[in-house]
Amino acid sequence: MSQDHPDLRESYLFDRPTIRDIQRAADKGIYHIRGGGAKRRLPHFDDLVFLGASISRYPLEGYRESCGTDVTLGSRHAQKPLKIDIPITIAGMSFGSLSANAKEALGRGASEVGTSTTTGDGGMTQEERGHSSKLVYQYLPSRYGMNPDDLRKADAIEVVIGQGAKPGGGGMLLGQKISDRVAEMRDLPKNIDQRSACRHPDWTGPDDLEIKIRELREITDWQVPIYVKVGATRTYYDTMLAVKSGADVIVVDGMQGGTGATQDCFIEHVGIPTLPAVRLAAEALQELGLHRTGVQLIVSGGIRCGADVAKAIALGADAVSIGTAALIALGDNRPDLAEEYAKLGSAPGFYDDWQAGRDPAGITTQDPELSKRLDPVQAGHRLANFLRVLTLEAQTLARACGKSHVHNLEPEDLNALTIEAAAMAKVPLAGTGWIPGQGF
Amino acid sequence: MMREIDLTEGDIRQLNRILQRRDGNEDANFTVTNPMGRHALAAGLMHDIKVQIDGHVGYYCGGMNKHASITVDGNAGVGVAENMMSGLVRVKGDASQSAGATGHGGLLVVEGNASSRCGISMKGIDIVVQGSVGHNSAFMAQSGHLVICGDADDGLGDSIYEAVIYLRGEARGLGADCIEKEMTDDHRATLKGLLDRAGIVADAQDFRRYGSARQLYNFKIDNVGAY
Repeated sequence: MSQDHPDLRESYLFDRPTIRDIQRAADKGIYHIRGGGAKRRLPHFDDLVFLGASISRYPLEGYRESCGTDVTLGSRHAQKPLKIDIPITIAGMSFGSLSANAKEALGRGASEVGTSTTTGDGGMTQEERGHSSKLVYQYLPSRYGMNPDDLRKADAIEVVIGQGAKPGGGGMLLGQKISDRVAEMRDLPKNIDQRSACRHPDWTGPDDLEIKIRELREITDWQVPIYVKVGATRTYYDTMLAVKSGADVIVVDGMQGGTGATQDCFIEHVGIPTLPAVRLAAEALQELGLHRTGVQLIVSGGIRCGADVAKAIALGADAVSIGTAALIALGDNRPDLAEEYAKLGSAPGFYDDWQAGRDPAGITTQDPELSKRLDPVQAGHRLANFLRVLTLEAQTLARACGKSHVHNLEPEDLNALTIEAAAMAKVPLAGTGWIPGQGF
Repeated sequence: MMREIDLTEGDIRQLNRILQRRDGNEDANFTVTNPMGRHALAAGLMHDIKVQIDGHVGYYCGGMNKHASITVDGNAGVGVAENMMSGLVRVKGDASQSAGATGHGGLLVVEGNASSRCGISMKGIDIVVQGSVGHNSAFMAQSGHLVICGDADDGLGDSIYEAVIYLRGEARGLGADCIEKEMTDDHRATLKGLLDRAGIVADAQDFRRYGSARQLYNFKIDNVGAY
């Protein structure tokens, strides 16, 4: 029953959003493309709670006893592993999808708190390199802007196999976001849709990937770590294969992970949530004897707060990565832009037309006038503030569990509130000792 | 002076460090013997040097090359001269898949045949193949030239952007949005220049030109059958 029509019975199957989708498709004749990640309710970190210290566990004093947050990434093969001060990094987002000011702000914010940011499809910009003390360079199927000079300027390389919003899918930067500069960086004409391939052009399968990774190491003289990023699907096997291929760091992006522009049906219906993905990846590393020792795990997809950070780490991640939350921290979906969002048929809290290039916040746009609205210094500081809060929150929860470093968090510190979450995270359902799938 | 490096017991990492001049050497001419199909040989070179490799090479020989002239006196594995920026890579035998993939500049010459996806996503590189190429060559090719003196298998130039294909033989089939285009005197002059640079004798009059119909540059639902 709907609240505004108490006498009418709404169909569960054909509810109003579904009817609107059908009407929109009939009207437009094309699928719905949008930004962001999966919007539907999924089992997530909210479905877990920490078991704070009690008689059998000894907590640490908040604000007095230290709780470490530093992470070393890439100690397996790299001559210069990447050391970050907090267990939160900024995920790859392209210049093209984002404005130059937004990329600069991400670099400034990350650098202010001693962590890394990541390039994206489209290559490395000078602003981004200049304002990022630790920069991860993505190696993507399109190879837009890829060149050995930038490769050697990177602090780490991330070979992107897929992303959580669209595992198995490529990308499309729509023509309206192709400025002169974006076109030049990508070696394509202005104003045309720029497709990002879904497969790498010169390798197929894990045996080839191993050779590709060795080539990248030869070009960079084995100096920097090489990550492999996958969208969460067959996560256990992908993790095993990425390790076998020689990756230093595995990045697993759950289906809540955002995108600049992807079909809604793809975002909502492909991949698995972050919650089971982190556990599957960690289990693979544990079986290989490399968890918390040889190969690091970064998890992304729907990280919003310090509790999400702490829970991801407790389930086995060494660090997390944020994208959507970082854009919100910069100023995306700000309430004071309500009037402008309304003109675009949206509202603060709902704006996801990141593909359209008309972002009033100046973040997901290449329009020079709109881009100017984002002050990279101020926005970068807002991001740094947000990252500090995430870190403080994660430390608070870790101390409550008696941990002197966030990496000491473990699944044993967690209970689940739902059967689904218990099964996916492989922790007991609260009030029971039951982990579904592992007997009684 | 020619410096010889024997890979019978040599280490690839050591070889590439020498060729990248990371050890401070200033040698300009190298001969690499006994490559035995090993991967990533002469990858990431950065200087105007000459490298002769006597034998077959594995994947990614000359990958991301900048400035160097590399000659492979044998066959080359997958992704020879991938993402090359400048310089020259010459393969005297055949090349496997994805030759010159995503290359931004320089010249790749294959004196034999090249397998599938030759010039995939090329971004400014020039590629001259004396023999034939496999399927989906110049797939999503963005810019640069692909010269094929023999034939091309199915899907030639599928989803091509602004790259130009010159084909002397027959294409089994053209890919989506790839069409034959008028061959003007300017094009023949460009082609002649490419053949001359490659050192391959062929008459530019015998070639046809292919490129993008530009119908798929912006998504239109009317083109859904092409996707």
